[in-house]
Amino acid sequence: MSPSHGTAPPACKLLVDGLTKSYGSVVALQPTRLEVPAGEFLTLLGPSGSGKTTLLQMICGLVEPNGGRILIDGRDETRTPVHKRDIGLVFQHYALFPHLTVAENIGFPLRMRGVAASDLDRRVREALDMVHLGHLGDRFPKELSGGQQQRVALARCFVYQPSVILMDEPLGALDKKLREQMQYEIKRLHRETGATIIYVTHDQEEALAMSDRICLMNHARIEQIGTPHDIYARPKTAFAADFIGVSNIFRGRIQQDDGGAPILVTGGGRFRLSAATAASGRGEASLIVRPEQLDLDGEGDNEVSGQVVDTVYAGSETRVLVALGDQSTITVRLRRGMSPPPLGDRVAVRWRSDAGVLVS
Amino acid sequence: MSAAILHGSAEGGLRQRLRFGPLWLAAPGIAFLAVFFIYPVLRLLGLSVQDAETGAWTGDHYARIVDTGVYFRVLMGTFRIAGLTALFSLLLGYPLAYWLAQLPERRRGAMVLAVMIPFWTSYLVKTFAWMVILGRNGVINGILSAGGLPAPEMLHNEFGVMVGMVHAMLPLAVLTMLPVMTGIDRRLVQAAETLGAAPGHAFWLVYFQLSLPGVAAAGLLTFISSLGFFIVPALLGGPQQTMLAQLIITQIQEMLNWAFAGALATFMLVSALVTCWVYDRVFGLSTLSGEGARRKTGGGGMRKAGQRILSALAALTAAAARVTAPVLGERGRDRLPAIYSTLVLVFLVAPAVVVVPIAFTSSPFLDFPPPGYSLKWFEVYFGSDLWLGATLRSFGVAFATAILATLVAGLAALALARSTSRWRGAIFALFLAPMIVPRIVIAVGLFYLFAQIGLVATDLGLIIGHTVLALPFAFVAIAAVVKGHDWRLDQAAATLGANRVQTLMRVTVPLIRGGLVAAFLFAFITSFDELTVAIFVSGGVKTTLPKQMWDDMILQLNPTLASVSVVVFVIVMALLLIAERLRRSGR
Repeated sequence: MSPSHGTAPPACKLLVDGLTKSYGSVVALQPTRLEVPAGEFLTLLGPSGSGKTTLLQMICGLVEPNGGRILIDGRDETRTPVHKRDIGLVFQHYALFPHLTVAENIGFPLRMRGVAASDLDRRVREALDMVHLGHLGDRFPKELSGGQQQRVALARCFVYQPSVILMDEPLGALDKKLREQMQYEIKRLHRETGATIIYVTHDQEEALAMSDRICLMNHARIEQIGTPHDIYARPKTAFAADFIGVSNIFRGRIQQDDGGAPILVTGGGRFRLSAATAASGRGEASLIVRPEQLDLDGEGDNEVSGQVVDTVYAGSETRVLVALGDQSTITVRLRRGMSPPPLGDRVAVRWRSDAGVLVS
Repeated sequence: MSAAILHGSAEGGLRQRLRFGPLWLAAPGIAFLAVFFIYPVLRLLGLSVQDAETGAWTGDHYARIVDTGVYFRVLMGTFRIAGLTALFSLLLGYPLAYWLAQLPERRRGAMVLAVMIPFWTSYLVKTFAWMVILGRNGVINGILSAGGLPAPEMLHNEFGVMVGMVHAMLPLAVLTMLPVMTGIDRRLVQAAETLGAAPGHAFWLVYFQLSLPGVAAAGLLTFISSLGFFIVPALLGGPQQTMLAQLIITQIQEMLNWAFAGALATFMLVSALVTCWVYDRVFGLSTLSGEGARRKTGGGGMRKAGQRILSALAALTAAAARVTAPVLGERGRDRLPAIYSTLVLVFLVAPAVVVVPIAFTSSPFLDFPPPGYSLKWFEVYFGSDLWLGATLRSFGVAFATAILATLVAGLAALALARSTSRWRGAIFALFLAPMIVPRIVIAVGLFYLFAQIGLVATDLGLIIGHTVLALPFAFVAIAAVVKGHDWRLDQAAATLGANRVQTLMRVTVPLIRGGLVAAFLFAFITSFDELTVAIFVSGGVKTTLPKQMWDDMILQLNPTLASVSVVVFVIVMALLLIAERLRRSGR
C-alpha cells in the first residue's frame, strides 16, 4: 500500500496476514495485513470502534480471530494460547495485581517462566531501576500514584523481554502533563531495549510524537500506514487528513482551464493546482490544505474570502477561523508577529498552487 | 450452498461449545442439587397425589385438607401469621434501614453488625430468650409485678408468636432493604427539593419509590421464610397458632402419613412459588441478588394509582410535619430517627443479652435477675456426654458442610460470572432456590430419599442436607465478590505467561479470598444452627446440638439451655465477626 511498506524490512518481527474478526454480523476487523520490522515503534491510531483494540487483542491472543494468521519471528502463533505467546501487553488500566507488591508484580512473569530465585531478584531490581522506582519495590500498587503504577506496568512488561510489546492506550488515564512525561519515558525504554512495540492510541498528537510508523485505522480496516511525516504531509484520504492535524478540505472536481492547466472547481471558487499536486487526483477530489499553508491577506495564487468568526490562541500559535460564503469554515494559522483581526472583519485567505494535497 | 450451511452450523456449534465451556464448572453443583434437592422435592409432591397402598393417582389428600376444618384453619392461620410477620417486619424495619443507609460508611458498618448478630443468632437461642423474657415468671412480668402491675399472659398466644416471628424476621427485612437504599443517590432527593418538593414529597415521590424494589424483596423473603416456621409457633404459641410446618412434622413423626404430609408440603411450596411468581411479574427476581431492578413497562393504571397514593401520603406527611414541628422542634425532628432506630436495635439485641446472666444462675429455675451466680450449668453441659457429643457432631458436620458448599458454590459462581449463556439465569435461580423453597419441604423430601438409601441417622446424610441449605448463602457470598473481580487481571496474568491453573491459584483465588472465607463461615453457621433437617435425619445418639436443644426445650426449660445458648452464641458470633472482617478486607 504505502511506499515504505513495499521495501522488504530487515527482519520481520511480526506479520499479521489476512487477520479478521467479526461478532455476529458486526465486523470488528476486516481482513488485514500488517508487517512490523524488529525494533520498530508502530502506533495503531484511530477513533474508537476502528478495530485497533481488536487487532491488538488478537495479536496477544485474548481474542480469537475468525481467519488469518499471526506470525512472530516467522512462527505461526495464531492458535498459541495467550500464556505461551512471547508477547507483553501493557493494559489501559495497568492491571497490576492488587494483592502483590510492586516487586512481586514485576517478578510474576519471571516466576511463571521458572526463573531461578537469585536471577529473579536481580532482574526485578534492574527493571525497577530502569523505571526509576528502585525504592518502591515493597509497596502495594494502590499505594502508588497513577504515573508510578504506569511505570510498574511497564517494568512488569519489559522485565521478561518479550518478542513484541503491545500497549493498549497505556497513558489514557493520566493527565496531560504526566502523559507527556511518560511518552518520553516509553520512548527512552524503546531506545534502550530495542524492543518491538505496538502502541494503541486515539490521541493523534501522541501518535505523531512517539511513532516510527503510524497505522491509521478506520471502519475496521487500515486507512494508511506510514511515518508520522508521511501521513501528515501526504494523507491519502480525507479521513486521514482530517484525523491527523487540522485540515481545510475543499471538495470539487478537477478540470482544465483555458490554458490547459489543472484547476479544482468547487462551490466556493476555482483553485489552481500545480502539476505535481494535480497528479494524485482525477475527477471528483478533495484539496487538503493545512492551516500553516494558508495566509491571511498575504501571498498566493488561490484566494477565498470570508468573515472572521473566531480567533483561538494556543500559546505557540494563533488560529483564525474564517467563515466562507458557502457556510463552511476554514482554519488559518496567523503569521508570526501579526495581530489577530477583529471579529467580523472581511479577510482574504490565499495559498500557493503547489500547497496542499489532493485526495480522491 | 449446502457447504456454506454446513460450515455455518459447524462454526455455530463450536461457538456454542466454547460459550458453554466455563459453565461446566457449575456441573457438580447442578448435579448435586438435582439429586438432593429437585428430585426429593418432586418425589414428595408425587407422593401427595398417590394412594399410599396402591400407588394410583388420587386427589384424596388434598380433599381432606379442604374438607377437614382444622387443617384448613391451620393453612389460613399460617398465611395470616406469615403475612402479619412480613408486614410488621417491613413497617418496623424500613425506618431502621433508612437511618442505617444515611449513616457514614464507617459507622454504618458497626450498626449493621447489630442487625447481623440477631440475623445469625440461632432461632432456638432467640426463641429460648423470648420464653425467658415473656414467660409467666419471666423478665417483663417480673418488672411489672415489682411495680405492682398485673402480669399479662404473653406466651402461648398470638402476641408471643408475633413478637418471636417479627424479631426473627426483622433482621432479614433490614438487611434486604439496606443495599437498595445505600444504592440510592441521595442527590436525587436534594434535586427534588431544589425543584420545589417539600421534604415529605421528596421522600415519598423520589426516595420511597426508588427503595421499593428493596421493600418488595424484603417482603417476599420474610413472607416465604415465615411460611415454613415451626420453632417460634411451637414454643411461643398455643394450639391456635399452630402453623403448617408443625402439621407436617406431626404427620411424619407421629402419623407416618407421607402422602398427607406431601400434600401439606405442596400447599406450602405452591404458596411460596406463587408469591415468587407474583414478585417476579412485578419487580423481576434479579433484584433479589442485587442485580438491579428490571424495569417493567406498562401497568400504567396501577402505576397511576400508586402515584396518587404516594402523593396522598406525601401530603399527609407534610401535614403531620407541620403539626409536630412546634412540639418536637428542629433538634427533636433530627433526633427522632436515631432514637427510633436505637430502640429497634435494642429490641433486636436484647434477648441474646438476657440469656447470658441466666446461664450463670445458681438457681435451678430461669429467674431473672438470677438470685446468685455460679458455673454449675456450664459444668452440667461440659459434663454431659450427650451435650458434648452433640456439640462435636455439629462441629464436624458444619465443617464438612462448609468445605463442600464453598467448593461447589465457588465453582458455580466462577462459572456464572463470565458466562453469557442463556442458561445462566436458570442456573443462577437453581442455586438460590433452596433459599426460597421452605426448609421443611426440603427436609421431608430428603428424609424420604434418605430412608430409601440408608442415610437416615448418618453424618453423611446431615452433611448432604445441610449443604443443600447452605449452598445459596455460600453462592451469594462468593458471587458478590466475583462480581467485583477485575477479570483484566486474569488476562494480564495470561499475557505474562500464567496458564489457567496458575492464574486461578495465584490471581483469582487470592483476590476473591474474602468471599470464599465468608462463604465457608456462612455455610458453617447455617449448618451449625440447622434444626429442620436435623429433626428428621439425626436421631438417637446421632443428635446435633440444635436437635438436642429442641428436644430439651419441648420437654422442659432449664438453665443448661441458657449455658448451651451462650456457647452457641459465642461460637457463631466469633465466626460471624471473622467472616465480616474478611469480607470487608476482601474488597
